Amino acid sequence: MKEDRRARINRLKWHCRRALLELDLVFDRFWERYEDSLDEQGEAALESLLELEDHDLWALVNGRETADDQRQAAMIERLREVSPTANF
Amino acid sequence: MQYSIRKFDAVIVGAGGAGLRAAIQLSEAGYKTAVLTKVFPTRSHTVAAQGGVAASLGNSEEDHWHWHMYDTVKGSDWLGDQDAIEFMCRKANEVVVELEHYGMPFDRLDNGKIYQRPFGGHMSNFGEKPVRRSCAAADRTGHAMLHAMYQRNIKVNTQFFVEWQALDLVRDADGDVVGVTAMDMETGEIVVFHAKATIFATGGAGRIYYSSTNAFINTGDGVGMAARAGIPLEDMEFWQFHPTGVAGAGVLITEGVRGEGGILRNSAGERFMERYAPNAKDLASRDVVSRAMTTEINEGRGCGPNKDYVLLDITHLPPETIMKRLPGIHEIGIQFAGVDCLKEPLPVVPTCHYQMGGIPTNYLGQVVVPKNGNPSEPVHGFYAAGECACASVHGANRLGTNSLLDLLVFGKSAGETAVSDLKNNVKAHKPLAQEAIDRTLARVDRLNHQKDGADVHETRLAMQRTMQKHAGVFRFKDMLAEGVARIDEIAGQVAQTQIKDKSMVFNTARIEALELDNLIEVAKATIVSANARTESRGAHVRDDAVDCPETPDGRDDKNWLKHTLWYREGSRLDYKPVQMKPMSVDTIELKKRAY
Repeated sequence: MKEDRRARINRLKWHCRRALLELDLVFDRFWERYEDSLDEQGEAALESLLELEDHDLWALVNGRETADDQRQAAMIERLREVSPTANF
Repeated sequence: MQYSIRKFDAVIVGAGGAGLRAAIQLSEAGYKTAVLTKVFPTRSHTVAAQGGVAASLGNSEEDHWHWHMYDTVKGSDWLGDQDAIEFMCRKANEVVVELEHYGMPFDRLDNGKIYQRPFGGHMSNFGEKPVRRSCAAADRTGHAMLHAMYQRNIKVNTQFFVEWQALDLVRDADGDVVGVTAMDMETGEIVVFHAKATIFATGGAGRIYYSSTNAFINTGDGVGMAARAGIPLEDMEFWQFHPTGVAGAGVLITEGVRGEGGILRNSAGERFMERYAPNAKDLASRDVVSRAMTTEINEGRGCGPNKDYVLLDITHLPPETIMKRLPGIHEIGIQFAGVDCLKEPLPVVPTCHYQMGGIPTNYLGQVVVPKNGNPSEPVHGFYAAGECACASVHGANRLGTNSLLDLLVFGKSAGETAVSDLKNNVKAHKPLAQEAIDRTLARVDRLNHQKDGADVHETRLAMQRTMQKHAGVFRFKDMLAEGVARIDEIAGQVAQTQIKDKSMVFNTARIEALELDNLIEVAKATIVSANARTESRGAHVRDDAVDCPETPDGRDDKNWLKHTLWYREGSRLDYKPVQMKPMSVDTIELKKRAY
């Protein structure tokens, strides 16, 4: 991974450390699957979602609310689709 | 290794409820105050607190701080210090009203006063009947609280260092605290924060367990730092568990699911609660249900490939009831268990929720240690508040809504005491202790250069699984002893963790390795303290503690009415008396804890 991309991804990953366990778990799975393939558009969409308050973000991820912004909505879909780690 | 030094009057580590409340006190008094935090303040785990904050305002019906105090002492199973509990309950109204003045949007009654609702364990007239004592802001109390206090801090010029990882406490040769070392995540730079007052408000360490409701940031950083600096940890064997967290994830399944008719089943499909609680069955109290679940798993009747969870079955309920009465459960099942709960049962396990023990403090928020025959001698320059601290108000078991109260009261108290010390006792910065700084540099340097070491993720997982199995919600003599040895082994691996990514900018692998250094101290303290305490009290329940007239429910006041103190050096244990004497009222005398 190039240094600048690594730094950007690492920063995004840290911003995925949230106040609510539910979100931590969702992002954990997301990175497992998308770390290598996330493009710059995806990075931007994710970054904008990470600006949200945790309860609002969780409401989008659990489907109680929907995002108006197209790119945000597409990213929410990806967050919702990753299957649980099922490591129990 | 390079480092720089920055000077402040006060440095606070942690920007959750306790840290923000302490900072207000110092900044308002005009002291130059730095707050270090791993994540943006309003993303602290205080956000997850929904229930409310307890205060005997009496807005809907008669209430009194003395009744609140009685409930808290009883809830603590008499392990809480009665002076600190009286202090907290008496201060509750004041800190709630202050918060209201900071702009906290509490739910209100028609007459404009703060709305209050009942909450488990909070009673009127010394345990007579439930009372409305909890003040909430819809289901976002913690979140609203953080926002109100963050705004207030901005107004009074608190300086925030966001995305900084604190590394170690700096203690000098006298044992006084003169600051803290920290790493700027953005650059990897190490800075020594040289301060006249250092306050820890770093939250709990629920991530020592495999199944935990805590967010990933709850790695007990302050508790680990204190232990490494030679401060003993108090009552670490006491952890509150919730019976139904999603297995493998920890996400809470509300008690409402069993209230609506959910049934717990073992691998044979048996409704096992009928054997443990023939009347209440699945609706028995939290501890009874948790204990039964653990017994089923330990006796080989758990489900799944590892036989390590039981099932919560609601497939017999009409789908419309589930969707209407239990909103969110269907989604949680799909998201975190991969299970459609309308068709299949949910895998659940007892799940760690709250740390009752921590860094020993008094009600003034000063960190206290045994010294020269005094069991509670303040450590100069060091204060702690919130879940990382042990005042001790929760004793062996915390009441709901008392955690938000704890962080407000003792956050303020720690800030106030620091202000008073800065005014009256500490005129200048004491010199920094080079040895302490060198220890931090050596620790980071070791991590950066470790070869053929242990994988951080694997090692953390081994610790979490060991803690879950050997020191979970229901404890067994032999398992605890085995667990002590196993955790000791894992601690050896933690000392040799290796990271592949050596980059400087937001290196999350390095941060996780540093967090594991803190978690392992908490795990050691927990399992060693639990192994030694041979009674059952509050959240610490042992299979071998005998239930007889002298020790009802296994609680042995003759031998164990005392606080545990665990020292990192040699994993040594000491004990100190429980403060049974309140500040102004009579002692709430020992009796069996029954509801």
